[in-house]
Amino acid sequence: MNTTVATTGTEGKTWGGGNDPLKASYGKMMMWFFIVSDALTFSAFLAAYGFSRFKFIESWPIADEVFTHVPFFHGNYPMIYVAFMTFILIMSSVTMVLAVDAGHHLNKKKVTWYMFLTVIGGVIFVGSQAWEWNTFIKGEYGAIQTNGGNILQFGEYKTVEGEQKFERVAIADFAKASHTERTQHESKSGLWFVSEGTLPEYSIDEVYKGLVANENILIRNQIINEHGHKTVLSREESLKQLKSDGKAVIHGANLKVNEYGSPLFADFFFFITGFHGFHVLSGVVLNIIVFFNVIIGTYERRKSYEMVEKVGLYWHFVDLVWVFVFTFFYLV
Amino acid sequence: MAHEHKLEIFRGLWKFKSNTQKIWGVLAFLTFVTAVEVVLGIYKPEMFMGKVLGMKALNWIFIILTIVKAYYITWDFMHMRDEVKALRRMVIWTAVFLICYLVFILLQEGGYIEGVYSNGFVKRDF
Repeated sequence: MNTTVATTGTEGKTWGGGNDPLKASYGKMMMWFFIVSDALTFSAFLAAYGFSRFKFIESWPIADEVFTHVPFFHGNYPMIYVAFMTFILIMSSVTMVLAVDAGHHLNKKKVTWYMFLTVIGGVIFVGSQAWEWNTFIKGEYGAIQTNGGNILQFGEYKTVEGEQKFERVAIADFAKASHTERTQHESKSGLWFVSEGTLPEYSIDEVYKGLVANENILIRNQIINEHGHKTVLSREESLKQLKSDGKAVIHGANLKVNEYGSPLFADFFFFITGFHGFHVLSGVVLNIIVFFNVIIGTYERRKSYEMVEKVGLYWHFVDLVWVFVFTFFYLV
Repeated sequence: MAHEHKLEIFRGLWKFKSNTQKIWGVLAFLTFVTAVEVVLGIYKPEMFMGKVLGMKALNWIFIILTIVKAYYITWDFMHMRDEVKALRRMVIWTAVFLICYLVFILLQEGGYIEGVYSNGFVKRDF
């Protein structure tokens, strides 16, 4: 009966089993493999963003003009808020790795504190992202969408410190509100199965009248010129374009329209930061579970804090992805 | 439980006494890199506006700095530095190869479509 598999003659040899060549536990290795596949998902999204951007390279929105707000402050501060968000996430990555380190020393009190701080960091980040979304959806100046799906924005030249600078003007500041016959359709006053979204505050006609009345206001289109700025049209060209091409007045951004430029920019922004935000959220939930497990002493009894390490890997990965999202949405 | 950590970064240029110290050191470095990125992003120095390999030099700087940051997050926060070579290569090479392939193929296609648009086969300015 020596031919059965009971003895193969390979015991103690490389392929005899019982080896762990990667020197990592099953759980940790599976976390790494999950991270690899998730990294591929994220890079597919970012590469798709790059695809659309290359496709419309001459008219893509300039991030510095889109994300300029900081809570509690008025004015134009590009980059500042998102840099703060990045720092918060890196910071919570640090507290996480400190928690892992304290876990190696079986220091329950320290692990508890560091896990707590990590959760707080995650919550601040998700909150900031919600604020960022809200500002983006609300919009600022409003714009005109043309028949071809392009965006026309308004502004005027102002002299700032001896330099001519093009500054944006909100539609609400110059459009001439007039009496209109058009009222919003409600299901109680007509076809009950047809509904209509809120009407825009102004009609194209009102904006046109406002533009005619304000002689210093010009239109800026999406095309990026050789100086890296959007092209500003002449006065005659402005009036002509608005008259012939204007289709709808839009304010803010959603999945269909985007006052800052290509709707694809908004779509990708919502999708990628949304997917990342969802990862952060689930990371926070995992961290909270681990946090309570630390408190009730699950890992203390197990004499191993490896679970903190595994969730930590996931948390650092979320930070890693954000570093790339930050670069490709806000910097490049 | 004795966990060994390699306590030096920048190929031994910066050595640390304990793992905790190394973590703070890496944080300092990452914060510094992010600060550089933000300052460059706000001021956009004229000298980096020239094109290198079809893209602004500034954008190349941003991408390289991002990869540097990603390296230190993976190596020191995720302890890739302390894993065995086989695990490290399995994870990194797989991801790097597939991502490079994907990025190349999509950007190439995007650039091609841009060419079709701008050569006048598709009208968009109405």
